[in-house]
Amino acid sequence: MSDIVLHEDIPEELLSADAAAKAEIRTVEIDSHALNFGPQHPSAHGVLRLVLEMEGEVVARAIPHIGLLHRGTEKLIEYKTYPKALPYFDRLDYVSPMCEEQAFALATEKLLGIEIPDRAKWIRVMFAEMTRILNHILNLTSFGLDCGALTPALWGYEEREKLIEFYEAASGARFHANYFRPGGVARDLPAGLEERIAEWARQFPRWIDDLETLLTNNRIWKQRTVGIGVFTTEQALAWGFSGPCLRASGVPWDLRRAQPYDNYDKVTFNIPVTRQGDCYDRYLVRVAEMRESVKIVEQCLAQIRPGPVKIQDHKITPPPRREMKRSMEALIHHFKLFTEGYHVPPGATYTAVESPKGEFGVYLVADGSNRPYRCKIRPTGFAHLQAIDEMSRRHMLADAVAIIGSLDLVFGEIDR
Amino acid sequence: MAEPGTELTTQQAQSRGALGSLAFALSTSVPGIHSAAIEDGELVVRTSRDRLLALMGLLRDDPRYACEQMMDLCGVDYPARAERFEVVYNLLSVTRNHRIRVIVTTDETNPVPSVHHLWPCATWWERECYDLFGVLFSGQPDLRRILTDYGFEGHPLRKDFPLTGYVEMRYDEDRRQVVYEPVKLTQDFRNFDFESPWEGILTLPGDEKAHESRQGLKLPR
Repeated sequence: MSDIVLHEDIPEELLSADAAAKAEIRTVEIDSHALNFGPQHPSAHGVLRLVLEMEGEVVARAIPHIGLLHRGTEKLIEYKTYPKALPYFDRLDYVSPMCEEQAFALATEKLLGIEIPDRAKWIRVMFAEMTRILNHILNLTSFGLDCGALTPALWGYEEREKLIEFYEAASGARFHANYFRPGGVARDLPAGLEERIAEWARQFPRWIDDLETLLTNNRIWKQRTVGIGVFTTEQALAWGFSGPCLRASGVPWDLRRAQPYDNYDKVTFNIPVTRQGDCYDRYLVRVAEMRESVKIVEQCLAQIRPGPVKIQDHKITPPPRREMKRSMEALIHHFKLFTEGYHVPPGATYTAVESPKGEFGVYLVADGSNRPYRCKIRPTGFAHLQAIDEMSRRHMLADAVAIIGSLDLVFGEIDR
Repeated sequence: MAEPGTELTTQQAQSRGALGSLAFALSTSVPGIHSAAIEDGELVVRTSRDRLLALMGLLRDDPRYACEQMMDLCGVDYPARAERFEVVYNLLSVTRNHRIRVIVTTDETNPVPSVHHLWPCATWWERECYDLFGVLFSGQPDLRRILTDYGFEGHPLRKDFPLTGYVEMRYDEDRRQVVYEPVKLTQDFRNFDFESPWEGILTLPGDEKAHESRQGLKLPR
């Protein structure tokens, strides 16, 4: 496919010097209707290379080539202690970092057999929901961008900035937070952050309304998305869909409700479900989910109480710094924790969380040492991307772009 | 296994009871199952390669199990074992709200039957397992590499594959193309052993008896 096509009937004076001298002319017949989409295409949402076999304007087959962002995360984790493995999870799905951390933290906590303090659970739920909004803003607005709507993206980045500032206030980092750690969260919320989040939660639904005025009843938007990439319930289940994509196909399934973790069993929220399973429904589900997330954040703020944010076992969480200045034992704990880490008893667990994209799972095998024996990451987008051939078949080329946008793909997690 | 300090909520206890009855049903009524048990609160079924397809078909279609979704397939490498690879299937039932994990073992040459006709999403997971571990899947029409580079050699997640790999890639200015070269490390690969001699070494020299009773391997008389 990458070979240059030269036609032998080009007059010699028009050929380059090499070709005129007949140095090496390779004539390759290629199917002119195979189209290489990406890996550097702005609508490929990263580094997706999609080979599209076209019949005119219609997609006959879509063959995704992935792995261009493969960094060997699972292999690297096998060589790191548990605390050092955690930051890799931020770099998987870099649009929703804290939800990925949560999966690994929960899996490790399950194998360690520890229960984190209540305040840490509330902080986790709150930031996981803010992460969901962070993710959905980027997805919905860039989905709009793919279909020609420029304004949502401009507005969305401003809202994302506010949330990223909360990230920064809590964890010190804007994206790669390394905040949810086995045993709790890295540190307590700074003074005044809860009020700032509450203020934001009051304002944010208005932004969702604004977004909806731009898109929901927009004629062009509906023409581009309604009835595009329809996936039935049976198909969605068979292809391993999860999260908003599964709910858009009519399955009321949400891990936060069905298999609650942290404090999700103590908040009330609705699970938006639609029936058509097309791109427009996937958009609607995400918009509705953002509204539910704001409600969950408000409930977290109402129920969160002061208290410890990590377990007090300093073999697993670092001791406070002021204690390290006075206590020899605390100093030893700190040193041992950041060099050796902790030993996790032998066992295996598959722990999944409802990340903004769907089910994000970690299959963690511990052998009793201070490093994971095997850490398989179950990326959400992997299953979604696989179905793109089925979804985009007999659609127009431009619809394939809309389908990619609606699936919410991030290659950090798909390629790992 | 209820760890001290972790009290089960009613919901968890109920789901564990349901899982226990599933484990019992599987181990008594389905032939060819090596074991079906609750491990760390999760239902794990071990079976052999030749019984895998029958079991998977049952798990998907029997309304008691109703595993509509195969969420994950992954390999685990244990080089010391006779059959070094474990292939782990994580199944999910959205109607009955449970997960079932099925484990089969294999080695480099014996293929595992593919389940892509039961769950079409299995194709990519099997490709990934083949790519990273070299596990073969019979009946899989599309067993190509997926995550590694075009033309990659070896199976990187095997325990005997070095972390740094064998080849590195760079752009050659003179030849104006990307070239592959053997990995050159300016500093040897360092694999630190942080395990303290007091905890890491299971048995200190000359301390075998005290160690055995301390670890609960042998009860003191």
